[in-house]
Amino acid sequence: MAVASPDLHPPIVELIGIRKRFGPVVANDGVDLAVLRGEIHCLLGENGAGKSTLMKILYGLYPPDGGEIRVRGQKVHIRSPRDAMALGIGMVHQHFMLVDRLTVAENLIAGQEPVRNGLLDLRRARQAIREMADRYGLRVDPDARVQDLSVGEQQRVEILKALMRNVDILILDEPTAVLTPQEVDELFRVMLQLKADGKTLIFITHKLRETMAFSDRVTVLRNGRHVGTWRTADTSPEQLAEMMVGRQVTLRVARPHRLPGDVLLELDRVSAIDDRGQPRLRDVTLSVRSGEILGIAGVEGNGQLELEEVIAGLRPISSGRIRINGQEPRQPGPRGRRALGLAHIPSDRLRRGLAAPLPVTRNGILGRHWQPPFARRGVLREPAIRSHVGQLLAEFQIRGRLDAPASTLSGGNQQKLVVARELAHGPRVILACQPTRGVDVGAIEHIHSRLLEMRAAGAAILLISADLDELLALSDRLVVMYEGTIVAEGPADRFTRKELGLWMAGQRPDRAGSLAQAAPDRHPAPPKEGAAHA
Amino acid sequence: MSDAWEVIFQINTLTAALRLATPIALAAMAGTLSERAGVINIGLEGKLLAGAFAAVYVTYVTGAPWLGVLAAMAAGMLVGLLLGLFAIRLRADHVVAGVGINILLLGLTTWLLQVVWGGRGTSPAVTSLPRWSIPVLRDIPVVGELLGSHSPLVYFTLLAAPALWLVLFRTPAGLRVRLIGEHPEAADTVGIAVNRTQYLTLMAAGALAALGGAQLSLGDLAWFSQNMSAGRGYMALAANVFGQWNPVGSLLAALLFALTDAVQMRIQTLPNPWPAELVQMLPYLLTILVLSGAVRRSRPPAALGRHYPPDHGAGAL
Repeated sequence: MAVASPDLHPPIVELIGIRKRFGPVVANDGVDLAVLRGEIHCLLGENGAGKSTLMKILYGLYPPDGGEIRVRGQKVHIRSPRDAMALGIGMVHQHFMLVDRLTVAENLIAGQEPVRNGLLDLRRARQAIREMADRYGLRVDPDARVQDLSVGEQQRVEILKALMRNVDILILDEPTAVLTPQEVDELFRVMLQLKADGKTLIFITHKLRETMAFSDRVTVLRNGRHVGTWRTADTSPEQLAEMMVGRQVTLRVARPHRLPGDVLLELDRVSAIDDRGQPRLRDVTLSVRSGEILGIAGVEGNGQLELEEVIAGLRPISSGRIRINGQEPRQPGPRGRRALGLAHIPSDRLRRGLAAPLPVTRNGILGRHWQPPFARRGVLREPAIRSHVGQLLAEFQIRGRLDAPASTLSGGNQQKLVVARELAHGPRVILACQPTRGVDVGAIEHIHSRLLEMRAAGAAILLISADLDELLALSDRLVVMYEGTIVAEGPADRFTRKELGLWMAGQRPDRAGSLAQAAPDRHPAPPKEGAAHA
Repeated sequence: MSDAWEVIFQINTLTAALRLATPIALAAMAGTLSERAGVINIGLEGKLLAGAFAAVYVTYVTGAPWLGVLAAMAAGMLVGLLLGLFAIRLRADHVVAGVGINILLLGLTTWLLQVVWGGRGTSPAVTSLPRWSIPVLRDIPVVGELLGSHSPLVYFTLLAAPALWLVLFRTPAGLRVRLIGEHPEAADTVGIAVNRTQYLTLMAAGALAALGGAQLSLGDLAWFSQNMSAGRGYMALAANVFGQWNPVGSLLAALLFALTDAVQMRIQTLPNPWPAELVQMLPYLLTILVLSGAVRRSRPPAALGRHYPPDHGAGAL
């Protein structure tokens, strides 16, 4: 195993033999990590490898069960984020620690508020925010409410929050997961600037491309153990992938060419409003053919969730028509659509895909629990259920007991259970939404190959994903959604990542003769939205 | 008919409304405070009772109503601490804990009433709080009649609402409380002691609600009677929601409820064909109507009713 090469800079943070368990799960099993002053250190590993846990221990959110932490050579006990901040350690969390309803300034000063005559001194706060923002090119409006900011802007606020606490060691937990490619570039620009300013950055990710592009050194964790630390320049993506997973993996999926068949899913000028009555889908027209995967790209919050919901029958459409397998569903809800051959892998497995406290057996038949052979005369038939779900577990290599609550399964196994259940009955149309979000590489590989099998078997698959790599790897065609409309569509291999990013940000790539087509303006948008088309 | 209107809508009705609103408003502001810190406060009814009883008991023993008021605050803080113990330390469901506190305090005060004064259902009369008559203010026509002469707790309430607004929305302490009610993880990660702040807020809220109880027993009257809060704690909860978790809104909503109550009392003095019980329902009916309309558009603090640290142990590894 490789050993960190000697370096001129001394370690600023040393974690030695850190152990942490949650009930039966060992999250960190004697992990060592040495981070050098002024470097960008990548902490690479699959979901569940223990990266976030390790960093939350360093940030004082979890007490370790054992091990030692040294900061700047001194042994320290970090009992709370307050202790961590006093040591100059800050963290940008994967799920932003921001309050939607408060302003940027209120979020930034909370915990260390400037005070004048006993009241909050917002003028001084604004000034301090502007100074810090200018220094690192992190533009934000201190008086904007967080709920009105884009995800990228919210992340800037999170970074500012750490910087305003004078940290010189900044932990970033999966910071790129929610960003468009352009926003990722912007984030890396800021990270390099922070590094130039002498800050040390610890960057948690499971994306190899980012690791290779931006880190000085990389540490791989697997199953809560330290696998190794290397200078990034001395490794390769293939090596790192193998270290992460513990075996050889294929980073590319084979997607044999296929001629698509009949249209199985058709949306004709579908519009819908969200829970607050705001229009979220505007005249969306698309079709997916048998044997075809149509990918939906877009920054989250541009209508993908509503698109999922209207197709699944979870949200009424305000106008337009949906045809599944050539027919309009007669019943409004999900059952009518399932009857027409729709399978739905929901974007949020815990909210919609599973009844997490119920056992695996029940989760394995949800949606068909009322039908033979699982139920007869309104009574569940245990033997039929157990044999069916047992088969699913074997087929999808799901690790979990039949009678265990689904909540006790790992994220990857939960997701595989949802996918297994949905694909079990030979669906004609598959609505696959974020099918591999938050699951490990092994499960991703498995789910991707299952989806491709279904494609080969003639299913029509609509793939909604925030992961551009996934979209580009699986899709035959792509459409880009922006503010509830389709702004571009074309064969997947005609889009570059950069172009996709621009479309997703609501801009039109100005490259002359771009091969991907802008969506034809079948129904011209009102002037307000014109900017997206102009 | 015009006579009836005159009886109902005279300045005295408004003065009575102000007096009646005070306990509800104080309890509603207590609700605002604790719910802004993320703790559902069903226990307001119990705190009113605790305050009302403690105020009368200490006044009975010492003869000094101001000591009674202090005792009420102490009792309220104790009940607040108890709610904290259940809802924060023992991680009980907030609603269940609050209902439990209400039942406990109803039983406890009823029992103590019997133990201390024998089984009459009411305590003997004690010295009530003085009425303050505010110079200058009392000489202004109409306003003087409305605001000129009240229990000190009425004035306290009118000043407490804007003061509490200032604390919640313009001071560091208030910002921390709101942050906790919206996103305790965020508060924790910037070094705010979440549970400690919640305890302190609950105790402050307890004191405030118990002052409402003191107004019931020592301000309006001069004795304690069994279950004398009569659901005002629940109306206060409604006022808090209707007031959008804002102390000033809570005060205004309490005034609205109390005005209905005052009107209801006037109607009873008139010759009318309706049974008194039906007329007495008016304020409660209004509470229901207002809530069914208001709940739809008002948004509670995002982490209201949640435990911190979360119940499900560590989330993602």
